[in-house]
Amino acid sequence: MKIHEYQAKEILRKFGVVTPKGVACFSVDEAVKAAEQLGGSIWVVKAQIHAGGRGKGGGVKIAKSLHEVQARAGEILGMQLVTHQTGPEGQLVRRLLIEEGADIKKEYYVAALTDRATQKVAMMASSEGGMDIEEVAHKTPEKIIKVFVDPLVGLTDAQATELARGIGVPEGSMAQAVDTFRKLYTCYMETDASLAEINPLILEGNGNIKALDAKFNFDSNALYRHPEIVAYRDLDEEDPDELEASKFDLAYISLDGNIGCLVNGAGLAMATMDTIKLFGAEPANFLDVGGGATTEKVTEAFKIMLKNPKVKGILVNIFGGIMRCDTIAEGVVAAAREVKLSVPLVVRMKGTNEEIGKKILADSGLPIISADTMAEAATKIVAAVK
Amino acid sequence: MSILINKETKVITQGITGKTGMFHTSKCREYANGANCFVAGVNPKKAGEEFEGVPIYASVKEAKEAQGATVSVIYVPPAGAAAAIWEACEADLDLVICITEGIPVRDMLVVRNKMKQKVANGGKETLLLGPNCPGLITPDEIKIGIMPGHIHRKGRIGVVSRSGTLTYEAVAQLTEIGLGQSSAVGIGGDPINGLKHIDVMKMFNDDPDTDAVIMIGEIGGPDEAEAAQWCKANMKKPVVGFIAGVTAPAGKRMGHAGALISGGADTADAKLAIMEECGFTVTRDPSEMGKLLKGLL
Repeated sequence: MKIHEYQAKEILRKFGVVTPKGVACFSVDEAVKAAEQLGGSIWVVKAQIHAGGRGKGGGVKIAKSLHEVQARAGEILGMQLVTHQTGPEGQLVRRLLIEEGADIKKEYYVAALTDRATQKVAMMASSEGGMDIEEVAHKTPEKIIKVFVDPLVGLTDAQATELARGIGVPEGSMAQAVDTFRKLYTCYMETDASLAEINPLILEGNGNIKALDAKFNFDSNALYRHPEIVAYRDLDEEDPDELEASKFDLAYISLDGNIGCLVNGAGLAMATMDTIKLFGAEPANFLDVGGGATTEKVTEAFKIMLKNPKVKGILVNIFGGIMRCDTIAEGVVAAAREVKLSVPLVVRMKGTNEEIGKKILADSGLPIISADTMAEAATKIVAAVK
Repeated sequence: MSILINKETKVITQGITGKTGMFHTSKCREYANGANCFVAGVNPKKAGEEFEGVPIYASVKEAKEAQGATVSVIYVPPAGAAAAIWEACEADLDLVICITEGIPVRDMLVVRNKMKQKVANGGKETLLLGPNCPGLITPDEIKIGIMPGHIHRKGRIGVVSRSGTLTYEAVAQLTEIGLGQSSAVGIGGDPINGLKHIDVMKMFNDDPDTDAVIMIGEIGGPDEAEAAQWCKANMKKPVVGFIAGVTAPAGKRMGHAGALISGGADTADAKLAIMEECGFTVTRDPSEMGKLLKGLL
């Protein structure tokens, strides 16, 4: 689960990490009031959307008077902000963060994430703050310092110091940097984050260390023990179809192609998408109906796929294990009738009670095309939509 | 022969009294020698009771001592599953198979590091398969997990995969063309897990009754590449490789918690390239895994 920058900073402050003072706003009036309340003579008006790259897209502006705050807030609020992460249609800006200005002397990068290879927590830092870290990793990998933290021990002072020295934090600010890294690590573990990133972490003219921007992702498996983080969820930032699917316990992701696919199992679902591509078309979605593909779930899955106007055909690929093919066939027939299916449907069923399942499909009177292998199913659906 | 388990294996079921635990214990007991293999269940609140004649104990340690079991399978719900894994390790079992899906990553990080620390301090090593996996099967001998037993056939091909239904797909293709399996192993779809592709490939390489292997992976993580590099230098048997997720977009979690492209090296294309370079017979068409393997024998 993702959250907004201002929420990420609230969490960081809870763990003692210093951030600029700021206020989240939903209107231009609120933005002006927030700037007044913050005081000072320079403010930053920041679009709050879940995608990165907001600055480059024109979603982060400096204001040097209350009048400018009002003008910039008016421009940004309600804009379709396009970044490299939003896609060409962009994302509507509904929230702003008004923040006091900062005296940036140097920008660093620091993040905590789980390292699969070592099964430890990787703490990464770089002297190249404010940039896309993947670009830094690609062009100048030597500028990224990494330490691996044993969760049974925690981030040691020696490790935190190695990071701070490695990125060139001046001696006078060393203790603050080390302290910030330790707090970030604690915050990462205690909130069950899967990514906690401060970019940039800044050194101010007076030697203070502050988190100027922050990004968090959280492990969805652990949300049950973090109601305070679930409360940060912003449904406006989520794909409405993916959201609808999640209510029925369906794992659904929209893609750009024109062939909808409905599969049981995540690996088989990806393999089905790949097969569609291999045989000359593009999948319209990823959809895993899971182990218990009931009539209700299959019907909802059909409805969600068919909401996408690009869908010109559907491929159902089910491996009947514990769940029998005849049960699934009944579900598919009932679903196709309920949604009055008007696009070609190819069904490939394999496994338990395969023959009975195929007979149910054939006897249904519906124009369902049957296939034996994934390759055959993909060939048939690609031909049917052309 | 086979890897990890055979018809003599004695198994404890942790979470035997839950709906999933009861259903699959029943199915596993019906399969081959299962009735003799599944010897105990664990539930601290139901010690002294039994399920279909299988005695229930208060702890893994008690179940192990009473029945001489060396393996456990876990169906405990996510919030308690990591603790269940650790209980099996503390009881010094040989192998623990965790079926549970949805365990918090932090819980897995902690338990994996505890397991490694135990071994580093001279304790017995307990192998972990999973979590979020279908389990494993040695056809006609024993199945531990949730896979449909009847699609398997005894034979000499090893199968290892992160995905449940893709494992079944490969197994069904093999069975259909007359090739049986020595063992089929699901290592699970989570980012922090126990046995990895490389570990299972080593076992298949050492197993005199395995002639060739189908290795199936997916996007996310370094495991398939690591296994391929090892195979290049050490594997004596032919391997067919498939990676799911060529069409998966970066940064999106594709159903499995671990199926997430997070850099350039963990895309399906990158993994397929490395596997090919390391001598695997790689395919982009999952329908032909079985056929391709037959061609290598």
